[in-house]
Amino acid sequence: MSSRPELQAPPEIFYDDTEARKYTSSSRIAAIQTELSERALELLALPDDGVPRLLLDIGCGSGLSGETITESGHQWIGLDISHSMLNVALENEVEGDLLLGDMGQGLALRPGVIDGAISISAVQWLCNADKSSHEPRLRLKAFFGSLYRCLARGARAVLQVYPENLAQRELILSYAMRSGFAGGVVVDYPHSTKKRKEYLVLTCGPPSLSTAVPSGKVEDGESCSDDESSGDEENQVICISDRHRPRKKQKINKKGKGREWVLRKKQQMRRKGNVVPPDTKYTARKRKARF
Amino acid sequence: MLSSNIKGVSNGFPLKIEVEKVVEKQVEINHDFLRNIFQKIDWKAFFDASKVMGFAELPEQAPDPSVLESDLEFLRKFHHALLELHLEEGALVCPETGRKFPVNKGIPNMLLHEDEV
Ligand SMILES: C[S@@+](CC[C@H](N)C(=O)[O-])C[C@H]1O[C@@H](n2cnc3c(N)ncnc32)[C@H](O)[C@@H]1O
Repeated sequence: MSSRPELQAPPEIFYDDTEARKYTSSSRIAAIQTELSERALELLALPDDGVPRLLLDIGCGSGLSGETITESGHQWIGLDISHSMLNVALENEVEGDLLLGDMGQGLALRPGVIDGAISISAVQWLCNADKSSHEPRLRLKAFFGSLYRCLARGARAVLQVYPENLAQRELILSYAMRSGFAGGVVVDYPHSTKKRKEYLVLTCGPPSLSTAVPSGKVEDGESCSDDESSGDEENQVICISDRHRPRKKQKINKKGKGREWVLRKKQQMRRKGNVVPPDTKYTARKRKARF
Repeated sequence: MLSSNIKGVSNGFPLKIEVEKVVEKQVEINHDFLRNIFQKIDWKAFFDASKVMGFAELPEQAPDPSVLESDLEFLRKFHHALLELHLEEGALVCPETGRKFPVNKGIPNMLLHEDEV
């Protein structure tokens, strides 16, 4: 991947007719999205009773992820912001009901009706401010709040995401927790740059047995048991079952966010039209212990 | 598509339906799915929606869930209204504000303008 699509244009512009067609006809992309969707469904851990459920596919695009839902025997509603992607879904006669909508504006669904939600490679888009009116935090809040409400109690949401960096992952996770979800991040193949994939596994409602976060997949030969070199920050599972924890964690991190983070924040504020001091060699420089 | 009509809310429920074109599709009936979704349906909204879409054979009052087990005829009608009737062209109208969400090629456009967020 040369550059992140998220940095090139807003999703409804990036996924135009040409890109939507290119995306959907690439067998490489189809194979990856199918694998991600199958894993997401596995993590969704629906009861194995043969009853078809009503699922939600957030950022369903042209329906690659939805086809996997159909194959597993469930019904789905798909939401996407790109007209072109949905048109390709129509052409491909996907089984799901399609909605044109922006998850950052909240999901327009009745409370408690959805038995489970998946989202494949879409939620990280919320971290961008594509319009002057976009405030990523507000959009994340609207999204997770409405997702929490439309899910039946005890239902899960599994969101496979490509955060640009640690800060984005923390941001997404913290808004999920604030909305009342319990859960955490499952990382598959944490030691491989190419295969590494992250899934937010969220459960609606009070923590219970079912909110325990499953463990990630590792490459053959790699062990994931206790004898794995500890102290390594790349855990397979970052388990946060208590929703106060991320906030505590944030405080600890406060000291060491680093120059890159500060520069990015300043850029963000500038984009919003705020007056921000220029970046110099002093920006975010470490202070002496005493001064 | 009806399921999203039924469930689509902006800041009010239920959304009223303006019909320009309804299409029918054949969908295989699945009792387990119907049983699971029945309890989540707001019957009044579902009844009204089916009626404007041209299907008036449902009972006006919410039936007792036991009919799902005993009444095959009802099951067939419920299935038809829920899964086989699709609003192809038309609009969903917010009961509170009158705001119209257009439906084109079966896809409701729920995008809000910036001043509506
Ligand atoms: C990489 S594609 C994945 C599509 C599909 N889930 C799949 O697996 O093939 C990401 C999708 O997210 C959609 N998306 C991005 N931001 C969105 C938003 N704010 N609301 C709804 N959909 C969005 C894009 O339009 C795009 O179709």
